[in-house]
Amino acid sequence: MADLLRVENLSKTYAMGGAPWNHRRVVALDGISLAVQRGKTLGLVGESGSGKSTLGRCILGLTMPDSGQVIFDGTPVQGLSGRALSDFRRRVQPVFQDPYGSLDPRWPVGRSVREALDCFRIGSPADRDARVLDLFHRVGLNPALAGRLPAALSGGQRQRVAIAAALASGPDLIIADEPVSALDMSVQAQILNLFMDLQADLGVACLFITHDLGVVNHVSDDIAVLHRGQLVEIGATDQVMRQPQHAYTSSLLAAIPPLVPGEPHANRSA
Amino acid sequence: MSVLAFASVSVRFGDDATAVKDVTLDIQRGEIFGIVGESGSGKSTLAHAVMGLLPANATVSGSIAVNGRAVLGLGEAALRQMRGRKVAMIFQDASASLDPVWPVGDQIAEVIRAHGPVSRADAKARAIGLMTEVGIPDAAARYGDGPHRFSGGMRQRIVIAAALANNPQLLIADEPTTALDVTLQAQVLALIDRMRRDHGTTVLLITHDLGVVAQVCDRVGVMYGGKLLEVATTRDLFARPSHPYTRALLAANPAGAPRGSRLPVIPTEWSVESLQAAEAADG
Repeated sequence: MADLLRVENLSKTYAMGGAPWNHRRVVALDGISLAVQRGKTLGLVGESGSGKSTLGRCILGLTMPDSGQVIFDGTPVQGLSGRALSDFRRRVQPVFQDPYGSLDPRWPVGRSVREALDCFRIGSPADRDARVLDLFHRVGLNPALAGRLPAALSGGQRQRVAIAAALASGPDLIIADEPVSALDMSVQAQILNLFMDLQADLGVACLFITHDLGVVNHVSDDIAVLHRGQLVEIGATDQVMRQPQHAYTSSLLAAIPPLVPGEPHANRSA
Repeated sequence: MSVLAFASVSVRFGDDATAVKDVTLDIQRGEIFGIVGESGSGKSTLAHAVMGLLPANATVSGSIAVNGRAVLGLGEAALRQMRGRKVAMIFQDASASLDPVWPVGDQIAEVIRAHGPVSRADAKARAIGLMTEVGIPDAAARYGDGPHRFSGGMRQRIVIAAALANNPQLLIADEPTTALDVTLQAQVLALIDRMRRDHGTTVLLITHDLGVVAQVCDRVGVMYGGKLLEVATTRDLFARPSHPYTRALLAANPAGAPRGSRLPVIPTEWSVESLQAAEAADG
Protein backbone atom coordinates (compact mmCIF):
# COMPACT_ATOMS: atom_id res chain seq x y z
CA MET A 1 0.00 0.00 0.00
CA ALA A 2 1.30 3.44 -0.88
CA ASP A 3 2.38 5.66 1.97
CA LEU A 4 -0.01 8.51 2.75
CA LEU A 5 2.76 10.71 4.08
CA ARG A 6 6.45 10.53 3.39
CA VAL A 7 9.07 12.69 5.05
CA GLU A 8 12.36 12.66 3.15
CA ASN A 9 15.66 13.77 4.60
CA LEU A 10 14.11 16.69 6.46
CA SER A 11 16.42 19.10 8.29
CA LYS A 12 15.73 22.24 10.30
CA THR A 13 18.14 24.45 12.24
CA TYR A 14 17.10 27.25 14.56
CA ALA A 15 19.22 30.25 15.51
CA MET A 16 19.18 30.75 19.26
CA GLY A 17 20.48 33.51 21.49
CA GLY A 18 23.34 35.92 20.97
CA ALA A 19 23.61 38.81 18.54
CA PRO A 20 22.46 38.27 14.93
CA TRP A 21 26.07 37.76 13.76
CA ASN A 22 26.83 35.41 16.60
CA HIS A 23 23.86 33.01 16.80
CA ARG A 24 24.16 29.68 18.47
CA ARG A 25 22.68 27.21 16.01
CA VAL A 26 20.49 24.40 17.27
CA VAL A 27 19.84 21.48 14.99
CA ALA A 28 16.19 20.61 15.60
CA LEU A 29 15.90 18.02 12.83
CA ASP A 30 18.81 16.29 11.16
CA GLY A 31 17.98 14.36 7.99
CA ILE A 32 14.70 12.74 9.11
CA SER A 33 12.98 10.22 6.83
CA LEU A 34 9.83 8.35 7.77
CA ALA A 35 6.42 7.37 6.42
CA VAL A 36 2.84 7.13 7.68
CA GLN A 37 0.58 4.58 5.98
CA ARG A 38 -3.08 5.11 5.23
CA GLY A 39 -5.27 4.42 8.26
CA LYS A 40 -2.32 3.62 10.54
CA THR A 41 -0.86 5.35 13.58
CA LEU A 42 2.81 6.21 13.80
CA GLY A 43 3.87 7.11 17.33
CA LEU A 44 6.65 9.68 17.51
CA VAL A 45 8.47 9.71 20.86
CA GLY A 46 11.34 11.66 22.29
CA GLU A 47 12.15 13.90 25.22
CA SER A 48 11.77 17.67 25.32
CA GLY A 49 14.02 19.27 22.75
CA SER A 50 14.27 16.13 20.62
CA GLY A 51 12.59 17.88 17.67
CA LYS A 52 9.31 15.96 17.67
CA SER A 53 7.09 19.05 17.66
CA THR A 54 9.24 20.73 14.99
CA LEU A 55 8.70 17.68 12.80
CA GLY A 56 4.94 17.93 13.33
CA ARG A 57 5.00 21.62 12.44
CA CYS A 58 7.07 21.01 9.29
CA ILE A 59 4.57 18.39 8.13
CA LEU A 60 1.67 20.78 8.72
CA GLY A 61 3.48 23.50 6.78
CA LEU A 62 3.62 25.76 9.84
CA THR A 63 7.44 25.72 9.85
CA MET A 64 9.63 25.75 6.73
CA PRO A 65 12.37 23.11 6.78
CA ASP A 66 15.89 24.06 5.67
CA SER A 67 16.13 21.08 3.37
CA GLY A 68 14.35 17.85 2.53
CA GLN A 69 10.69 17.47 1.73
CA VAL A 70 7.32 16.37 2.96
CA ILE A 71 5.27 14.40 0.44
CA PHE A 72 1.57 13.98 1.11
CA ASP A 73 -0.32 11.54 -1.08
CA GLY A 74 2.35 11.80 -3.78
CA THR A 75 2.61 15.62 -3.85
CA PRO A 76 5.40 17.67 -2.24
CA VAL A 77 3.84 19.94 0.40
CA GLN A 78 6.35 22.79 0.40
CA GLY A 79 5.48 24.00 -3.11
CA LEU A 80 1.72 24.06 -2.60
CA SER A 81 -0.30 27.26 -2.98
CA GLY A 82 -3.85 28.39 -3.57
CA ARG A 83 -6.45 25.68 -4.03
CA ALA A 84 -3.93 22.83 -3.66
CA LEU A 85 -2.70 24.23 -0.32
CA SER A 86 -6.24 24.65 0.90
CA ASP A 87 -6.99 21.06 -0.08
CA PHE A 88 -3.88 19.87 1.79
CA ARG A 89 -5.00 21.77 4.90
CA ARG A 90 -8.42 20.15 4.64
CA ARG A 91 -6.89 16.69 4.51
CA VAL A 92 -4.23 17.12 7.22
CA GLN A 93 -5.50 18.47 10.55
CA PRO A 94 -3.72 19.19 13.82
CA VAL A 95 -4.73 18.48 17.41
CA PHE A 96 -2.56 20.17 20.03
CA GLN A 97 -1.89 19.62 23.72
CA ASP A 98 -3.71 22.68 24.95
CA PRO A 99 -7.23 22.96 23.53
CA TYR A 100 -7.51 26.31 25.31
CA GLY A 101 -4.87 27.57 22.91
CA SER A 102 -6.69 26.37 19.78
CA LEU A 103 -10.22 27.48 20.68
CA ASP A 104 -11.29 31.14 20.66
CA PRO A 105 -12.21 31.89 24.30
CA ARG A 106 -15.02 34.28 23.22
CA TRP A 107 -16.69 31.90 20.78
CA PRO A 108 -19.20 29.23 21.71
CA VAL A 109 -17.42 25.95 20.97
CA GLY A 110 -20.00 24.96 18.34
CA ARG A 111 -18.96 28.03 16.33
CA SER A 112 -15.29 26.94 16.46
CA VAL A 113 -16.28 23.58 14.99
CA ARG A 114 -18.55 25.19 12.39
CA GLU A 115 -15.75 27.52 11.30
CA ALA A 116 -13.85 24.53 9.88
CA LEU A 117 -16.93 23.59 7.81
CA ASP A 118 -17.38 27.18 6.59
CA CYS A 119 -13.70 27.56 5.81
CA PHE A 120 -13.59 24.49 3.58
CA ARG A 121 -17.16 25.02 2.24
CA ILE A 122 -18.29 21.60 3.35
CA GLY A 123 -21.99 20.93 2.80
CA SER A 124 -24.50 23.72 2.26
CA PRO A 125 -24.51 26.57 4.79
CA ALA A 126 -27.96 25.42 5.87
CA ASP A 127 -26.98 21.91 6.90
CA ARG A 128 -23.68 22.83 8.58
CA ASP A 129 -25.32 23.29 11.97
CA ALA A 130 -26.63 19.74 11.75
CA ARG A 131 -23.15 18.55 10.84
CA VAL A 132 -21.71 20.28 13.90
CA LEU A 133 -24.14 18.34 16.08
CA ASP A 134 -23.15 15.11 14.28
CA LEU A 135 -19.51 15.84 15.05
CA PHE A 136 -20.35 16.46 18.71
CA HIS A 137 -22.03 13.03 18.81
CA ARG A 138 -19.07 11.48 17.04
CA VAL A 139 -16.60 12.64 19.73
CA GLY A 140 -18.93 11.79 22.61
CA LEU A 141 -20.01 15.31 23.55
CA ASN A 142 -23.53 16.30 24.47
CA PRO A 143 -24.68 18.56 21.58
CA ALA A 144 -26.24 20.83 24.21
CA LEU A 145 -22.69 21.96 25.02
CA ALA A 146 -22.28 23.56 21.56
CA GLY A 147 -23.51 26.91 22.86
CA ARG A 148 -21.02 27.08 25.75
CA LEU A 149 -17.75 28.98 25.87
CA PRO A 150 -14.52 26.96 26.23
CA ALA A 151 -14.12 28.23 29.81
CA ALA A 152 -17.37 26.52 30.78
CA LEU A 153 -16.08 23.09 29.68
CA SER A 154 -13.73 20.69 31.44
CA GLY A 155 -10.29 19.90 30.00
CA GLY A 156 -11.46 16.60 28.54
CA GLN A 157 -14.52 18.21 26.95
CA ARG A 158 -12.37 20.96 25.41
CA GLN A 159 -10.02 18.36 23.91
CA ARG A 160 -13.08 16.58 22.43
CA VAL A 161 -14.14 19.88 20.84
CA ALA A 162 -10.65 20.32 19.38
CA ILE A 163 -10.88 16.80 17.94
CA ALA A 164 -14.35 17.51 16.53
CA ALA A 165 -12.98 20.65 14.83
CA ALA A 166 -10.11 18.62 13.38
CA LEU A 167 -12.55 15.97 12.07
CA ALA A 168 -14.93 18.53 10.57
CA SER A 169 -13.10 18.70 7.25
CA GLY A 170 -12.94 14.90 6.88
CA PRO A 171 -9.12 14.65 7.08
CA ASP A 172 -7.03 11.67 5.97
CA LEU A 173 -4.30 12.43 8.50
CA ILE A 174 -4.30 13.90 11.99
CA ILE A 175 -1.11 15.29 13.48
CA ALA A 176 -1.71 14.97 17.23
CA ASP A 177 0.95 16.76 19.28
CA GLU A 178 0.77 15.59 22.93
CA PRO A 179 -3.05 15.43 22.78
CA VAL A 180 -3.49 13.75 26.18
CA SER A 181 -0.52 15.12 28.12
CA ALA A 182 -2.50 17.81 29.94
CA LEU A 183 -5.34 15.49 30.93
CA ASP A 184 -6.01 13.53 34.10
CA MET A 185 -5.65 9.76 33.86
CA SER A 186 -9.41 9.15 33.92
CA VAL A 187 -9.94 11.59 31.03
CA GLN A 188 -6.83 10.46 29.16
CA ALA A 189 -8.27 6.94 28.89
CA GLN A 190 -11.46 8.34 27.30
CA ILE A 191 -9.57 10.41 24.74
CA LEU A 192 -7.28 7.48 23.82
CA ASN A 193 -10.37 5.31 23.32
CA LEU A 194 -11.83 8.05 21.12
CA PHE A 195 -8.69 8.15 18.94
CA MET A 196 -8.81 4.38 18.48
CA ASP A 197 -12.56 4.43 17.68
CA LEU A 198 -12.14 7.19 15.12
CA GLN A 199 -9.39 5.29 13.42
CA ALA A 200 -11.47 2.11 13.28
CA ASP A 201 -14.61 3.93 12.01
CA LEU A 202 -13.18 6.59 9.72
CA GLY A 203 -9.81 5.13 8.70
CA VAL A 204 -7.95 8.33 9.62
CA ALA A 205 -4.17 7.98 9.77
CA CYS A 206 -2.42 9.58 12.69
CA LEU A 207 1.00 10.87 13.64
CA PHE A 208 0.81 10.67 17.42
CA ILE A 209 3.52 12.81 19.04
CA THR A 210 4.12 12.18 22.74
CA HIS A 211 6.75 11.84 25.43
CA ASP A 212 4.77 9.06 27.12
CA LEU A 213 5.88 5.58 26.09
CA GLY A 214 2.92 3.93 27.82
CA VAL A 215 0.52 5.93 25.67
CA VAL A 216 2.43 5.42 22.45
CA ASN A 217 2.71 1.69 23.06
CA HIS A 218 -1.05 1.53 23.46
CA VAL A 219 -2.16 3.39 20.32
CA SER A 220 0.60 3.00 17.72
CA ASP A 221 1.15 0.51 14.92
CA ASP A 222 4.71 1.74 14.49
CA ILE A 223 7.04 3.81 16.65
CA ALA A 224 9.71 6.31 15.64
CA VAL A 225 12.18 7.52 18.27
CA LEU A 226 13.75 10.96 17.99
CA HIS A 227 16.83 11.96 19.96
CA ARG A 228 18.46 15.39 19.57
CA GLY A 229 17.02 15.85 16.11
CA GLN A 230 17.97 12.44 14.82
CA LEU A 231 15.76 9.48 14.11
CA VAL A 232 17.49 6.81 16.16
CA GLU A 233 14.97 4.04 15.70
CA ILE A 234 11.82 3.22 13.73
CA GLY A 235 9.91 -0.02 13.58
CA ALA A 236 6.81 -1.97 14.51
CA THR A 237 5.64 -1.13 18.04
CA ASP A 238 6.18 -4.66 19.37
CA GLN A 239 9.65 -4.85 18.00
CA VAL A 240 10.73 -1.46 19.38
CA MET A 241 9.21 -2.07 22.80
CA ARG A 242 10.53 -5.63 23.18
CA GLN A 243 13.91 -5.40 21.46
CA PRO A 244 15.04 -1.80 21.25
CA GLN A 245 17.97 -1.55 18.86
CA HIS A 246 19.30 1.76 20.03
CA ALA A 247 20.83 2.56 23.44
CA TYR A 248 18.70 5.70 23.76
CA THR A 249 15.48 3.73 23.25
CA SER A 250 16.57 1.22 25.92
CA SER A 251 17.25 4.04 28.38
CA LEU A 252 13.79 5.52 27.68
CA LEU A 253 12.20 2.13 28.27
CA ALA A 254 14.20 1.56 31.47
CA ALA A 255 13.01 4.90 32.81
CA ILE A 256 9.30 4.03 32.59
CA PRO A 257 8.32 3.67 36.23
CA PRO A 258 7.21 0.07 36.76
CA LEU A 259 3.52 -0.17 37.50
CA VAL A 260 4.07 -3.21 39.67
CA PRO A 261 6.22 -2.03 42.58
CA GLY A 262 9.00 -4.04 44.12
CA GLU A 263 10.40 -5.18 40.81
CA PRO A 264 14.08 -4.47 40.32
CA HIS A 265 14.49 -1.16 38.61
CA ALA A 266 17.32 -0.08 36.39
CA ASN A 267 17.63 3.46 37.72
CA ARG A 268 16.68 2.95 41.31
CA SER A 269 20.21 3.15 42.72
CA ALA A 270 21.36 6.20 40.77
CA MET B 1 6.83 7.44 65.59
CA SER B 2 4.66 9.90 63.79
CA VAL B 3 6.36 12.85 62.10
CA LEU B 4 3.27 14.32 60.49
CA ALA B 5 -0.23 13.75 61.82
CA PHE B 6 -3.51 14.97 60.37
CA ALA B 7 -6.59 14.63 62.58
CA SER B 8 -10.00 15.28 60.95
CA VAL B 9 -8.56 18.03 58.75
CA SER B 10 -10.98 19.90 56.50
CA VAL B 11 -10.19 22.93 54.34
CA ARG B 12 -12.77 25.25 52.89
CA PHE B 13 -12.14 28.19 50.55
CA GLY B 14 -14.52 31.06 51.23
CA ASP B 15 -18.06 29.83 50.63
CA ASP B 16 -17.08 27.44 47.85
CA ALA B 17 -17.00 23.68 48.00
CA THR B 18 -14.78 22.05 50.62
CA ALA B 19 -11.36 21.21 49.14
CA VAL B 20 -10.30 18.76 51.85
CA LYS B 21 -12.84 16.71 53.77
CA ASP B 22 -12.08 15.14 57.14
CA VAL B 23 -8.62 13.70 56.47
CA THR B 24 -6.97 11.68 59.24
CA LEU B 25 -3.51 10.31 58.54
CA ASP B 26 -0.23 9.50 60.34
CA ILE B 27 3.08 9.59 58.51
CA GLN B 28 5.93 7.70 60.18
CA ARG B 29 9.57 8.69 60.56
CA GLY B 30 11.76 7.84 57.60
CA GLU B 31 9.03 6.74 55.20
CA ILE B 32 8.19 8.11 51.77
CA PHE B 33 4.46 8.55 51.82
CA GLY B 34 2.76 9.20 48.50
CA ILE B 35 -0.50 11.06 48.08
CA VAL B 36 -1.96 10.33 44.68
CA GLY B 37 -5.00 11.90 43.07
CA GLU B 38 -6.21 13.73 39.98
CA SER B 39 -6.53 17.48 39.64
CA GLY B 40 -8.92 18.96 42.18
CA SER B 41 -8.62 16.02 44.58
CA GLY B 42 -7.26 18.28 47.33
CA LYS B 43 -3.77 16.74 47.53
CA SER B 44 -1.87 20.02 47.19
CA THR B 45 -4.27 21.87 49.48
CA LEU B 46 -3.51 19.31 52.19
CA ALA B 47 0.23 19.95 51.81
CA HIS B 48 -0.17 23.71 51.76
CA ALA B 49 -2.12 23.50 55.01
CA VAL B 50 0.94 21.97 56.73
CA MET B 51 3.19 24.80 55.58
CA GLY B 52 0.70 27.58 56.36
CA LEU B 53 0.61 28.50 52.68
CA LEU B 54 -3.16 28.58 52.18
CA PRO B 55 -4.73 31.82 50.95
CA ALA B 56 -6.40 34.12 53.45
CA ASN B 57 -9.94 32.99 52.54
CA ALA B 58 -9.22 29.39 53.53
CA THR B 59 -10.60 28.01 56.79
CA VAL B 60 -8.95 24.92 58.22
CA SER B 61 -10.54 22.74 60.90
CA GLY B 62 -9.12 19.72 62.72
CA SER B 63 -5.47 19.57 63.70
CA ILE B 64 -2.11 19.06 62.05
CA ALA B 65 0.98 18.18 64.07
CA VAL B 66 4.62 18.01 63.01
CA ASN B 67 6.63 15.95 65.48
CA GLY B 68 3.81 16.24 67.98
CA ARG B 69 3.63 20.06 67.81
CA ALA B 70 0.47 21.63 66.45
CA VAL B 71 1.08 23.81 63.39
CA LEU B 72 -2.38 25.24 62.76
CA GLY B 73 -2.72 28.72 64.21
CA LEU B 74 1.02 29.33 64.48
CA GLY B 75 2.03 32.96 64.00
CA GLU B 76 4.14 34.16 61.09
CA ALA B 77 7.38 34.15 63.15
CA ALA B 78 6.84 30.58 64.36
CA LEU B 79 5.97 29.45 60.83
CA ARG B 80 9.13 31.05 59.53
CA GLN B 81 11.13 29.09 62.13
CA MET B 82 9.45 25.87 61.06
CA ARG B 83 9.71 26.35 57.29
CA GLY B 84 13.09 25.42 55.94
CA ARG B 85 14.39 24.12 59.27
CA LYS B 86 11.86 21.49 60.37
CA VAL B 87 9.77 21.17 57.21
CA ALA B 88 10.94 21.96 53.68
CA MET B 89 8.86 21.98 50.55
CA ILE B 90 9.73 21.64 46.88
CA PHE B 91 7.46 22.27 43.91
CA GLN B 92 6.95 21.17 40.33
CA ASP B 93 8.68 24.12 38.71
CA ALA B 94 12.21 24.49 40.07
CA SER B 95 12.83 27.73 38.19
CA ALA B 96 9.94 29.37 40.06
CA SER B 97 11.59 28.48 43.38
CA LEU B 98 14.96 29.95 42.38
CA ASP B 99 15.78 33.63 41.97
CA PRO B 100 16.64 33.95 38.26
CA VAL B 101 19.44 36.52 38.73
CA TRP B 102 21.19 35.10 41.79
CA PRO B 103 23.98 32.51 41.83
CA VAL B 104 22.46 29.16 42.80
CA GLY B 105 25.16 28.50 45.39
CA ASP B 106 24.33 31.73 47.24
CA GLN B 107 20.67 30.72 47.25
CA ILE B 108 21.55 27.48 49.07
CA ALA B 109 23.91 29.34 51.45
CA GLU B 110 21.10 31.81 52.23
CA VAL B 111 18.90 28.98 53.47
CA ILE B 112 21.70 27.82 55.79
CA ARG B 113 22.39 31.33 57.17
CA ALA B 114 18.71 32.14 57.63
CA HIS B 115 18.38 29.45 60.29
CA GLY B 116 21.56 29.73 62.35
CA PRO B 117 24.69 31.74 63.05
CA VAL B 118 26.94 30.43 60.29
CA SER B 119 29.78 32.40 58.70
CA ARG B 120 29.64 33.17 54.99
CA ALA B 121 32.63 30.96 54.32
CA ASP B 122 31.16 28.01 56.21
CA ALA B 123 27.78 28.43 54.51
CA LYS B 124 29.49 28.47 51.13
CA ALA B 125 31.48 25.34 51.94
CA ARG B 126 28.33 23.54 53.07
CA ALA B 127 26.43 24.69 49.98
CA ILE B 128 29.16 23.28 47.75
CA GLY B 129 29.03 20.04 49.74
CA LEU B 130 25.26 19.84 49.23
CA MET B 131 25.55 20.56 45.51
CA THR B 132 28.05 17.72 45.21
CA GLU B 133 25.79 15.46 47.22
CA VAL B 134 22.80 16.00 44.90
CA GLY B 135 24.97 15.27 41.87
CA ILE B 136 26.00 18.64 40.40
CA PRO B 137 29.31 17.90 38.65
CA ASP B 138 32.17 20.26 39.55
CA ALA B 139 30.06 22.00 42.21
CA ALA B 140 32.69 24.51 43.40
CA ALA B 141 33.06 25.91 39.89
CA ARG B 142 29.28 26.07 39.34
CA TYR B 143 28.56 27.78 42.70
CA GLY B 144 28.40 31.22 41.06
CA ASP B 145 26.28 30.24 38.02
CA GLY B 146 22.73 31.57 37.66
CA PRO B 147 19.79 29.13 37.40
CA HIS B 148 19.48 29.64 33.62
CA ARG B 149 22.85 27.91 33.18
CA PHE B 150 21.38 24.66 34.49
CA SER B 151 19.01 22.22 32.81
CA GLY B 152 15.57 21.52 34.32
CA GLY B 153 16.74 18.32 36.01
CA MET B 154 19.82 20.06 37.47
CA ARG B 155 17.66 22.96 38.72
CA GLN B 156 15.40 20.51 40.55
CA ARG B 157 18.54 18.98 42.14
CA ILE B 158 19.60 22.44 43.35
CA VAL B 159 16.15 23.04 44.84
CA ILE B 160 16.43 19.69 46.65
CA ALA B 161 19.88 20.71 47.96
CA ALA B 162 18.42 23.97 49.31
CA ALA B 163 15.45 22.15 50.84
CA LEU B 164 17.70 19.69 52.65
CA ALA B 165 20.30 22.29 53.70
CA ASN B 166 19.13 22.40 57.32
CA ASN B 167 18.38 18.69 57.58
CA PRO B 168 14.61 19.09 57.95
CA GLN B 169 12.70 16.19 59.50
CA LEU B 170 10.04 16.40 56.82
CA LEU B 171 10.27 17.13 53.09
CA ILE B 172 7.05 17.88 51.25
CA ALA B 173 7.50 17.35 47.51
CA ASP B 174 4.57 18.59 45.39
CA GLU B 175 4.81 16.98 41.91
CA PRO B 176 8.64 17.26 41.96
CA THR B 177 9.16 15.31 38.73
CA THR B 178 6.08 16.20 36.69
CA ALA B 179 7.88 18.77 34.54
CA LEU B 180 10.82 16.45 33.83
CA ASP B 181 11.46 13.94 31.06
CA VAL B 182 11.19 10.28 32.06
CA THR B 183 14.94 9.64 32.25
CA LEU B 184 15.45 12.70 34.51
CA GLN B 185 12.34 11.80 36.49
CA ALA B 186 13.88 8.47 37.46
CA GLN B 187 17.12 10.18 38.51
CA VAL B 188 15.41 12.80 40.68
CA LEU B 189 13.23 10.15 42.37
CA ALA B 190 16.33 8.05 43.04
CA LEU B 191 17.96 11.16 44.55
CA ILE B 192 15.00 11.78 46.88
CA ASP B 193 15.11 8.11 47.90
CA ARG B 194 18.85 8.29 48.58
CA MET B 195 18.57 11.52 50.62
CA ARG B 196 15.84 9.86 52.67
CA ARG B 197 18.11 6.88 53.41
CA ASP B 198 21.22 8.98 54.14
CA HIS B 199 19.54 11.66 56.28
CA GLY B 200 16.48 9.87 57.63
CA THR B 201 14.22 12.56 56.16
CA THR B 202 10.52 11.73 56.08
CA VAL B 203 9.01 12.54 52.68
CA LEU B 204 5.44 13.42 51.74
CA LEU B 205 5.34 13.01 47.95
CA ILE B 206 2.36 14.45 46.13
CA THR B 207 1.77 13.23 42.60
CA HIS B 208 -0.85 12.39 40.00
CA ASP B 209 1.40 9.69 38.56
CA LEU B 210 0.96 6.11 39.76
CA GLY B 211 4.26 5.21 38.12
CA VAL B 212 6.07 7.65 40.43
CA VAL B 213 4.29 6.13 43.42
CA ALA B 214 5.32 2.63 42.37
CA GLN B 215 8.91 3.72 42.00
CA VAL B 216 9.69 5.24 45.42
CA CYS B 217 6.81 5.28 47.89
CA ASP B 218 6.54 2.99 50.92
CA ARG B 219 2.89 3.79 51.57
CA VAL B 220 0.24 5.60 49.57
CA GLY B 221 -2.95 7.49 50.25
CA VAL B 222 -5.46 7.91 47.43
CA MET B 223 -7.39 11.19 47.38
CA TYR B 224 -10.54 11.96 45.45
CA GLY B 225 -12.86 14.93 45.78
CA GLY B 226 -11.10 16.09 48.96
CA LYS B 227 -11.46 12.74 50.71
CA LEU B 228 -8.75 10.27 51.59
CA LEU B 229 -10.27 7.08 50.16
CA GLU B 230 -7.71 4.49 51.15
CA VAL B 231 -4.24 4.16 52.66
CA ALA B 232 -2.12 1.10 51.89
CA THR B 233 1.45 -0.03 51.40
CA THR B 234 2.49 0.53 47.81
CA ARG B 235 2.67 -3.19 47.16
CA ASP B 236 -0.86 -3.77 48.46
CA LEU B 237 -2.29 -0.80 46.61
CA PHE B 238 -1.22 -2.19 43.25
CA ALA B 239 -1.84 -5.85 44.11
CA ARG B 240 -5.12 -5.45 46.01
CA PRO B 241 -6.65 -1.98 45.58
CA SER B 242 -9.58 -1.94 47.97
CA HIS B 243 -11.48 1.14 46.79
CA PRO B 244 -13.45 1.06 43.51
CA TYR B 245 -11.97 4.43 42.49
CA THR B 246 -8.41 3.14 42.98
CA ARG B 247 -9.24 0.05 40.93
CA ALA B 248 -10.68 2.20 38.13
CA LEU B 249 -7.67 4.54 38.20
CA LEU B 250 -5.23 1.62 37.92
CA ALA B 251 -7.20 0.08 35.07
CA ALA B 252 -7.30 3.35 33.11
CA ASN B 253 -3.52 3.40 32.79
CA PRO B 254 -2.52 2.42 29.24
CA ALA B 255 0.80 0.97 30.48
CA GLY B 256 -1.02 -2.00 31.98
CA ALA B 257 -3.49 -2.72 29.16
CA PRO B 258 -3.09 -4.84 26.00
CA ARG B 259 -2.25 -2.71 22.97
CA GLY B 260 -5.18 -1.25 21.09
CA SER B 261 -7.70 -2.57 23.61
CA ARG B 262 -10.35 -0.16 24.81
CA LEU B 263 -9.19 1.24 28.12
CA PRO B 264 -11.68 0.71 30.92
CA VAL B 265 -13.08 4.17 31.55
CA ILE B 266 -13.53 5.35 35.11
CA PRO B 267 -17.24 4.84 35.94
CA THR B 268 -19.26 8.04 35.80
CA GLU B 269 -19.76 8.20 39.55
CA TRP B 270 -15.95 8.34 39.95
CA SER B 271 -15.04 10.52 37.00
CA VAL B 272 -13.51 13.86 37.87
CA GLU B 273 -15.68 15.60 35.31
CA SER B 274 -18.93 14.37 36.84
CA LEU B 275 -17.63 15.35 40.28
CA GLN B 276 -16.96 18.86 39.02
CA ALA B 277 -20.38 19.00 37.39
CA ALA B 278 -22.02 17.87 40.64
CA GLU B 279 -20.14 20.45 42.69
CA ALA B 280 -20.96 23.20 40.20
CA ALA B 281 -24.63 22.25 40.57
CA ASP B 282 -24.31 22.38 44.38
CA GLY B 283 -22.58 25.73 44.41
